[in-house]
Amino acid sequence: MTQTESRTKGNRLEEHLPNSTPRPEGELKELERVWRPPSGWNYITVVNNTYIGVFYVGAAFLFFILAGILALVMRTQLAVPENDLIGQDLYNQLFTMHGTIMMFLFAVPAVEAMGVYLLPNMQAARDLPFPRLSAYAFWAYFVGGLVFFSSIFFGLSPKGGWFMYPPLTSYEFSPGINADFWLLGIGFIEISAIAGAIEIIVGVLRTRAPGQSLDKLPIYAWTMLIFAGMIVFAFPAVILATALLELERAFHWPFFVAEKGGSPLLWQHLFWFFGHPEVYIIFLPAAGFVSMIIPTVAQTPLVAYRLVVVALLATGFFSFGLWVHHMFTTGLPQLSLSFFSAASMAVSIPSGIQVFAWIATLAAGRIQLNTPALFVLGFMFTFVLGGLTGVMVAMVPFDWQVHDTYFVVAHFHYVLFGGMVFPLFAAFYYWIPTASARPLSERLGRWVFGLIFIGFNTAFFPMHITGLVGMPRRVYTYPAELGWDTLNMISTAGAFMIASGVLLFVVDLIRNFRPFTNKSPGNVWNAGTLEWLPSGNYQTRSIPIVTSREPLWDQPNLPEDVEAGRYFLPGAPTGGRETIVTSPVDARPQYVVQMPGPSWPTVLAAVFTAGCFLGLTVKLVVPAIISGLIAIVMVIWWLWETDPGPTAEEIDIGGGIRLPTYVTGPMSHSWWAMVVLILVGGTLFTTLIFSYFFLWTVNPGAWPPDGVELPSLGWSALAAGLYASSSGVIWLASALLKRRERKGPWWGLRLLLMAAVPLMAGGLAVDFNGHWQTGLRPEEHSYGAVVYTVMSVQGVYVATLTLMAFYTVARSLAGMLDGVHRVTFDNTMLFWHYMTAQGLVGLAIIHFFPRLIG
Amino acid sequence: MFTGGALIFVLVVALTAVAIVVPQERRRWLADGRIVMAGGIALPVLVLSALLGYGLFVARGQLNPGEPALRIEVVGEQWWWRVRYLDGSGGVRFVTANEIRIPIDQPIEFLLTSADVIHSFWAPSLAGKLDMIPGKVNSYTFSADKPGVYRGQCAEYCGAQHALMAFYVVAMEPEAFETWASHQTAPSEQPVTDELRSGQELFIANGCGACHTVRGTSARGEIGPDLTHVGGRLSIGAGTLPTNKGTLAGWVASTQHLKPEVFMPSFGNLEGKELRAIAAYLESLE
Repeated sequence: MTQTESRTKGNRLEEHLPNSTPRPEGELKELERVWRPPSGWNYITVVNNTYIGVFYVGAAFLFFILAGILALVMRTQLAVPENDLIGQDLYNQLFTMHGTIMMFLFAVPAVEAMGVYLLPNMQAARDLPFPRLSAYAFWAYFVGGLVFFSSIFFGLSPKGGWFMYPPLTSYEFSPGINADFWLLGIGFIEISAIAGAIEIIVGVLRTRAPGQSLDKLPIYAWTMLIFAGMIVFAFPAVILATALLELERAFHWPFFVAEKGGSPLLWQHLFWFFGHPEVYIIFLPAAGFVSMIIPTVAQTPLVAYRLVVVALLATGFFSFGLWVHHMFTTGLPQLSLSFFSAASMAVSIPSGIQVFAWIATLAAGRIQLNTPALFVLGFMFTFVLGGLTGVMVAMVPFDWQVHDTYFVVAHFHYVLFGGMVFPLFAAFYYWIPTASARPLSERLGRWVFGLIFIGFNTAFFPMHITGLVGMPRRVYTYPAELGWDTLNMISTAGAFMIASGVLLFVVDLIRNFRPFTNKSPGNVWNAGTLEWLPSGNYQTRSIPIVTSREPLWDQPNLPEDVEAGRYFLPGAPTGGRETIVTSPVDARPQYVVQMPGPSWPTVLAAVFTAGCFLGLTVKLVVPAIISGLIAIVMVIWWLWETDPGPTAEEIDIGGGIRLPTYVTGPMSHSWWAMVVLILVGGTLFTTLIFSYFFLWTVNPGAWPPDGVELPSLGWSALAAGLYASSSGVIWLASALLKRRERKGPWWGLRLLLMAAVPLMAGGLAVDFNGHWQTGLRPEEHSYGAVVYTVMSVQGVYVATLTLMAFYTVARSLAGMLDGVHRVTFDNTMLFWHYMTAQGLVGLAIIHFFPRLIG
Repeated sequence: MFTGGALIFVLVVALTAVAIVVPQERRRWLADGRIVMAGGIALPVLVLSALLGYGLFVARGQLNPGEPALRIEVVGEQWWWRVRYLDGSGGVRFVTANEIRIPIDQPIEFLLTSADVIHSFWAPSLAGKLDMIPGKVNSYTFSADKPGVYRGQCAEYCGAQHALMAFYVVAMEPEAFETWASHQTAPSEQPVTDELRSGQELFIANGCGACHTVRGTSARGEIGPDLTHVGGRLSIGAGTLPTNKGTLAGWVASTQHLKPEVFMPSFGNLEGKELRAIAAYLESLE
């Protein structure tokens, strides 16, 4: 169908709804059956986003409460000077855990979880495109997070601060497994964040209501798209950093040890290259909540929608240019201080745009001062104040004074608590009517807001002064004679007031939150977006055509028509779970994707992934390996059902639109997910190459260090040739497979795949052997450490691809792979070509760069 | 800066209030995309450009204060400060710990590094902080205008006793400083009474010299602070306690209680009389 045809069809559809009523008998029953969550013990295998999303938000909120309790213990210790309530060891564990849990186990998962819950509803998709991936990410995070938290009860919690600067956190100054627990906790959130990012990017771009083009996308979906994009480019830096630190701790590869050519500053660059975007990763979705709630409470569309979208994109972009402002006191050159100071100030402009857009929207409408509105106003008050102190700390001379003092503690609580927790509470009060049979109490909600808002400002406003009079962060005690005691006492009182507000919120939840009932009080705030359509486990009965940013305000009779099944796909024609995949920009229906349902292997894979990481942390290597192998088997088992091939010829979704049930290549959602994963891999590799060059700048004139020879160029050429030829074989297999179309399984494909594996592994082996023969070892110098790390990363890809090659062959043997039914093969092929590209770039840099400078 | 920040804050809060409470027909001007442009783009660009220029101007001044009159090397260690005064040719004139005396009105250059983990050198009333990083020497120059005692503290979390890693900067008239400096160059006072002599013997006999140096005796350890003139310093334990006979005795007997996890063991084996003798000896090392 050409674009013009589709447009005329669209216009016609607006006048005549795509499906006629009454709907055939049994259609709704079938839809309900297909999407019903399993019962009994199998209940925990549920994958529907409305269930996993709620579990996920609940778990994140649990970690918020737990980390909050840790903060209360700290505030009690600091209430009076020279307190001996708790000692330095516990205190140092407490502040490390408080920061780590709040950032990694609460803030990021909470906003991601809200996305899992809200996005399909807001886009009228039946679910996110990879439901089992969401379930896996949740379970791995939940199990891993609980184990990580319980380390505090055994005195085994990390105590190096949430930023974990080496050398303090490396093997010499932090023996014992406390620091490894930090790496464990972070490992889970890395997995679930990346999984979530892939899910959300593909979900926002490909599973929208027909007609919901990018210029009609709710701002919240925009923020989540940018959020996920930022995770793709920011998280690899921390994944690499944690991997390097664990390599240093476990095998003494000296990345951060100054005497062996390493640099403690390498960690700081990698950590903050992730850590600063991280702040906006948390804030942007929260700003998205606000941009959804304000139009509803003011009953008018958002003013300057386009400018707000530009502001969000600009924030995402700028936030990658600021990381050095966490390092103003490390003795950097004036020029880089100036650059990063300017960039740090510039990032406040997009936030200013949003704040004024919200004010303008409030002025355009007429606000109803309900609980979500109160939390949003509380957010604006707090966040603007935090933003202004943020501009102050971006000033280099001012930062030299207040860096690492309570002023900074006050600043980032204003932007994080103010910028994320207030909007989150607003979001809870606002969206719970879509998830629960009853809304939360407006009366209690006002008290919750009052206690938290006053408590927050009582706790954190005085800290600005505490910091200015010289109190540093992360101290478990302070002398009486310095005059810090009154301010600290006030802060402690405020902290307990916040806690009482949160407690009252929990009471409200217990009294009123009744999820999973398929009952809803309806569109209680008279909102305009699709998540307020009547819905069940299958989301909306039929998938509407959207012609406005606020369809419920502008498209008369929409809820009734959707509920009656007059729009697209009112049943479950393939007999399984399915939703419409749309084109990324203008949301034209492209095909119907068949989605997998509940599955035990997904949950077990998550549990055994957690077991593997935990085993490694407590040095139980054999159980860890067994656990890891089981996890891999479980992942393969779960994947086996996820490439079903074309089960029906074409499906009529209504209005004369017939869609295929299976596509391959760049139109496939699976292809998009693989491309995002490759972007993650590419970013990881780029940060590794950055580390290589950074370590070179630390060792100028000694790269490689004296006594180290480079392998001859012949070896590297051979390795490059092997990588390239393995990709060539895969390319050939693809071309031949395409020509066979639906002729059934084919032995030639299996043979070619099996031939490509040794070529690829040979490339790695040749490269490794070349370095090993020269006597280069990873433990002696940062040069060797980084060279072996480049090869190790390549090794992880080679191992993964070997597994994928065998899996692909197995699919062929099972008769589930041919010239059309080939998504599994395509994924293997894409990943393979990426592996080759990375291998070639790595070889070129490691073998040519030292020769170039030497 | 604080005034400017407060003004902007009040402006935003006031506009929000207008958007909520002023009657709708009188706030229509605010419900406009042009307000978003003016408030969200034009205003911050103007304010921030001015602020940035001012900040860089100030920073430049702080980074280039002129030729130093004195250079002092400070090494951060878990959880104390090793201080080396350098002579004109860069050699070490004398070594001390946890207390830095400087002449007023003269630019002093501080060369900062670390022996173990990252620390940060910070005397708030005199200058901003600068990190002490293993394998790297950071330096900056500042001066004190008035004589006095200025407290400083480690500002980068450095492990168990980060909280008790303080120091004092004592700014003095130049002549008084010279007198002090030449006294520091000299070896320690010799004990003059029986108690002090026995204190010195106990100090050596208990192996204190394995970690500490007292110039003029056989104690030449380099692991812990140089104690040659410890009695003349304001504090012990890196700003933990004031220096007097009682605190010295308490420190030696129960180090691990007063500052848990420091590398010095508690000498709980010493009897009261022995402790008093050692404390008296240390106090006499002015």
